[in-house]
Amino acid sequence: MDLIVGQLFTGLSTGSILLLAALGLSLTFGQMGVINMAHGEFIMAGCYTAYVVQQAVGDAGVSLLIALPLGFAVGGAMGLVLETLLIRHLYHRPLDTLLVTFGVGLILQQVARDVFGAPAVNVTVPEFLRGGVDLLGTTVPKTRLFIMALAVVAVAAVTLVLRLTPAGRRIRAVVGNRDLAETAGISSRTVDAGTFFIGSGLAGVAGVALTLIGSTSPTTGQSYLVDAFLVVVAGGLGRIKGAVVAAVALGTLQAVFETYSTASLAKVGVFIVIVVFLQLRPQGLFTLRTRSLA
Amino acid sequence: MLRLRNLTCGYGRSAVVHGIDLEVGPDEVVSVMGHNGAGKTTLLRAVVGLIGAMDGTVSFDGADVTGRATNKRVKAGMAYVPQGQQCFAHLTTAENLRLVADGRKRGKALVDEQLDLFPALRGLLGRQAGLLSGGQRQQLAIARALITEPRLLILDEPTEGIQPTVVAEIESTIVGLAKRGGLSVLLVEQHLGFALQAAQRYYVLKSGRIASEGETGADADTRVREAMAI
Repeated sequence: MDLIVGQLFTGLSTGSILLLAALGLSLTFGQMGVINMAHGEFIMAGCYTAYVVQQAVGDAGVSLLIALPLGFAVGGAMGLVLETLLIRHLYHRPLDTLLVTFGVGLILQQVARDVFGAPAVNVTVPEFLRGGVDLLGTTVPKTRLFIMALAVVAVAAVTLVLRLTPAGRRIRAVVGNRDLAETAGISSRTVDAGTFFIGSGLAGVAGVALTLIGSTSPTTGQSYLVDAFLVVVAGGLGRIKGAVVAAVALGTLQAVFETYSTASLAKVGVFIVIVVFLQLRPQGLFTLRTRSLA
Repeated sequence: MLRLRNLTCGYGRSAVVHGIDLEVGPDEVVSVMGHNGAGKTTLLRAVVGLIGAMDGTVSFDGADVTGRATNKRVKAGMAYVPQGQQCFAHLTTAENLRLVADGRKRGKALVDEQLDLFPALRGLLGRQAGLLSGGQRQQLAIARALITEPRLLILDEPTEGIQPTVVAEIESTIVGLAKRGGLSVLLVEQHLGFALQAAQRYYVLKSGRIASEGETGADADTRVREAMAI
């Protein structure tokens, strides 16, 4: 029983980290179809934002509270610049977008290396997040619980914005049918820029959260990029609830496999499951039901 | 209101429509007819700016809008109902309407006015638009266009692929709107009877060029059929 509960929490915890990393991507890749290989570097920028803020402020708790919105702003601003200067001109050229953003990612890694150095840096975990909490006979680290809560808040915020606000309706309209949105008086360019800002900002928030469970290096974000893409693809492109279910499922799967093998073999196991799953259901977990997709 | 001068447009480097001169006056209904592939939809897409002009100009209310983005032309008073009952399939009926009403002073009143005009939509507000029937989607598309309070309504085959009972309803709505005043209509339509009944003037397109034009009157049907070689 303890083992099952422990694995469940580990799965949820890993899943919520994956979800935070993938949530922004579910907007920029899932909704807009942009293969942004620099998404990992936006996560990395969030990590370094947390580090810089803590260096400046000192108090770990206060710096975390400042770093979360600031990480969103930094990631968002970087995404906005990338969208405006490069991606906007490559919307109908996915392979070019992939190559260009991969190049931008490498440049950003080098910039981080030049500014912060190649060795990893650490962010001090605030006092209130140290230690663990006993839940159903197993001890769960408070940092992991915080990340789970942050993932829930981020998903709820994105869902509410997309479902209930005029800006969210505009994003969904442009994603659904760009030309038709223009004929409804919506500037698709403005919406694209806004969507990219939010998606990249969420990567920044993910980066801030990741500093609570590991050290930060110029390649920190890259290690989450493939997993984030897998979550979005397995969940079904453009479906937030798909990303949530896929992240938790992949996290749990990883935790279960790790119990009986090594971390590397567990990763291989997860990849095999995803390949088989996508062979059976290429559209992912959730798709849109319509009579006509016009 | 709308004036096309020597308009040439198409896709990539291939021109589909060649040197079109066309006008729609205030409160006027103008029909454009032609066989499939004649260039009717391409012409309308160029009018609203979804494709660029290769040559010539599009003027609206005396201003040259040839290089303007579609959303700016819509804000200037054009509304476009594309072919194929297009809607935002993953949004509900209500969201499809509110999307256009958002940010407008009379937003809620405008939505209510359209629901009065198309009462069938009232019971479907919570339904995903992609699950509506063709006729319902077309009513939704016209309602969405009218919420922008256009002075020029551009309709691309509004009765195509819709069951006959709903066709009659849509036809009478369009004729009613045109008679109400304050709205010009540019109508592309394959159904000649409706196109000639609703319009004061017509154009027939053949291979991307105007083959015939004139006022709709007693012998218009014969002239149109001759031009279209029916």
